[in-house]
Amino acid sequence: MLHTFVALVQDRPGVLTRVASLFRRLNINIVSLTVGESERPDTSRMTIVCDAHENAAHRIRASLYKLETTISVDEVNRTEAVVRELCLIKVAAGPNQPHGLHSRSQIFELAQVFRARVVDLAPESIMLEMTGSASKIEGLLQVLGESGYSILEVSRTGRMAMRRGHHTSRVLQALGTRPTLNPSVFAEDPDALPSDQTLPNIFDE
Amino acid sequence: MADSNNANPTLTGSEILLATLAGEGITTVFGYPGGAILPVYDSLRKFPTIHHVLVRHEQSAAHMADGYARATGRVGVCMATSGPGATNLVTGLATAMMDSIPIVAITGQVSSKVLGTDAFQEIDITGITLPITKHNFLVTRAEQIATAVREAFQIARSGRPGPVLVDITKDAQQATAAFDFDAARPRPYRPHPMLRAESSSIQEAVTLIQQAKRPVILAGHGVVESGAETQVLALAEAHQIPIASTLLGLDAVPANHPLSLGLMGMHGESWVNHAIQQADLLLAFGMRFDDRVTGNLSKYSPNSKKIHVEIDPSEINKNVWVDVALIGDLKEVLSLLTPLLSAGNQPRGADGSEWLKQIRASKGNASVRDIINLPDNGHLYAAHVIHDIWHEAAAAGRLDQTIIVTDVGQHQMWEAQYFKHQAPRSLITSGGLGTMGFALPAAIGAKTACPEKDVWVIVGDGGFQMTAAELSTIVQEKLAINIAVINNGFLGMVRQWQEAIYDKNYSASPILSPDFVLLAAAHGIAGATVRKRADVIPHATLARTSGKPFLINFLVEKEDGVYPMIAPGSALHEMLRRPQHDPLLELPEDL
Ligand SMILES: Cc1ncc(C[n+]2csc(CCOP(=O)(O)OP(=O)(O)O)c2C)c(N)n1
Ligand SMILES: [Mg+2]
Repeated sequence: MLHTFVALVQDRPGVLTRVASLFRRLNINIVSLTVGESERPDTSRMTIVCDAHENAAHRIRASLYKLETTISVDEVNRTEAVVRELCLIKVAAGPNQPHGLHSRSQIFELAQVFRARVVDLAPESIMLEMTGSASKIEGLLQVLGESGYSILEVSRTGRMAMRRGHHTSRVLQALGTRPTLNPSVFAEDPDALPSDQTLPNIFDE
Repeated sequence: MADSNNANPTLTGSEILLATLAGEGITTVFGYPGGAILPVYDSLRKFPTIHHVLVRHEQSAAHMADGYARATGRVGVCMATSGPGATNLVTGLATAMMDSIPIVAITGQVSSKVLGTDAFQEIDITGITLPITKHNFLVTRAEQIATAVREAFQIARSGRPGPVLVDITKDAQQATAAFDFDAARPRPYRPHPMLRAESSSIQEAVTLIQQAKRPVILAGHGVVESGAETQVLALAEAHQIPIASTLLGLDAVPANHPLSLGLMGMHGESWVNHAIQQADLLLAFGMRFDDRVTGNLSKYSPNSKKIHVEIDPSEINKNVWVDVALIGDLKEVLSLLTPLLSAGNQPRGADGSEWLKQIRASKGNASVRDIINLPDNGHLYAAHVIHDIWHEAAAAGRLDQTIIVTDVGQHQMWEAQYFKHQAPRSLITSGGLGTMGFALPAAIGAKTACPEKDVWVIVGDGGFQMTAAELSTIVQEKLAINIAVINNGFLGMVRQWQEAIYDKNYSASPILSPDFVLLAAAHGIAGATVRKRADVIPHATLARTSGKPFLINFLVEKEDGVYPMIAPGSALHEMLRRPQHDPLLELPEDL
């Protein structure tokens, strides 16, 4: 099954290698890994999606923490987090394409339905930009393919995840941030979810 | 900072390194020089409290630091130059990593100006050692040396210990910076955030222990690392719980204690493994359910509840699913657990002694086939040699002052079976990686750390030849180390597997050796060859009391096997036993 981890790590040379090397060592395939700056100075935020046995989450998290460069690790699942991916798609759309001169307007329509944006127009191609869940991106790619368009290039960032709400986030707890004093603002409190929807990890707080 | 700068001397990077080592209490460094570390070697004379032991191969330097750490519990330090010096450390670092041994390795690196250009003797040692160190550092500036080294020490010894490597570029060694040992203090150690020993879990453990009728404690290396030997023994005694040991947990409890069962696993005695298989509760203390101790996982101790006390959260539920996990330092966890157990609770009564009786009965059964009870039939068996070395030390009252350092192979398993360890840190052996060539250098580390103790090397004819060059180091350092070569003319453990599994196709397992006594003599080390059992004890005494290094070449039975043995894939109770009519054990007609 797919596991999604959000890790805050020191922003230093070699840290990405340590994380990647860990997964290689555990013989676990990384589905996607995104790294970028976070709200903290000198701290990078990684979202790691990997394919592993359902019982593997505890060990992966514990092993990530064993890296000296790791600050915090959170495992998130769909119910408690917003998960997004950015995708750039270049589609062939010139006069010689199957749909001929109509192809452009049809691609514009499709883009609108999927809330994708046209970010580049060239004589022979169109570039679309889309943000969304992985399934939405795959949906657009599928429709483009089935409509006979040839997809020239696809670039996907891989998933980024962030817990909904913020007073319960273990990430923030790890940072020592005080919970907010107004709990009513945060309807989606993952700690209030039925226990079968929270982390399956029996050793968790 | 600006104020204190005046008070702080400006030193070169190499001086900062050595001053930091001295500040960390280091008095011995095992190493080998070369271009990229020469500034450090040049500075050594300014630090008379640091003794440098020149080794004959950098792998040995790492094993020596390892042996030093295992003998004392303190961090061992080794040092090498860049390129080949650094890569030679690899096996030693991996050995320490697998057995959670705190060592700090310092390597020289080419100048930061040429890093990444494949300069002469440049190698990406932090890349190479990433998976075999707990952490590593590349230091390119003199200002960073003290902090990196101090952090390395903290990481090496904290939590689950392990090796840390600090790679320092030559220009950083040569540059100057202000040195302030205290300011370089690392941030307070951050315990692994997933440590948990909640009161509810502790209560569950208490209930399981109270309800158990057939409990067994599995004592691992963590018992010694945590210094929890007395706590474990007290718990076992209070509740009459027998203790089985892993290879690295063998010296955690005295072997002659009535509750001590001895070695578990692949070459564990049958009563130990049967007890584990029949148990209704396993208390796993500081051990990791390695495949050498579990046998076939799907058939491992099928009817027991399992309590796992372990400092590394990533070990929980890795191989064996446990019912209660108490994640933390063993000693601390036991200090929470034990009071609850004794508070007004009955120790297990009749049931308890029934279980112990049962185990003792099966022990009686098994030991009739034990080679150790065989009368002298004119042959020399490795088991007898090891038994007699133990006997000699025990008779002299030196057991508490004896460290046995083994290599890897049959002799290692016989040592584990027949040397009755009494004191913590009295057995030094490569468990996780099983590194041949470990014994001689590790013994040098142990003897350097504990000159007052008797240090015995028990090593096979194969493994001895891997690092025999260190005989020279022994002489140079004037170390009175006793070496028992268990010479069977074979890579014995390989031969045994070939006998059991490959139809006696002894492919590449017979091994030729030089005359080890002559080899020792060439180094100025006295020695003797022993062929008869009667000569074992007198020679052991001679070696032990000579006050000098001494090598005994024991010419033992060539095709002897270690029994019991669990073949790969078998369950813990499915043991291959010594054949009923082992021709090796037959007595001559006239006896
Ligand atoms: C460096 C290394 N290479 C290979 C092995 C595989 N191996 C394990 S035991 C063994 C035989 C050891 O022979 P010897 O040192 O003579 O000891 P014996 O088993 O005969 O007591 C070998 C080759 C190993 N453990 N380590
Ligand atoms: Mg041999």
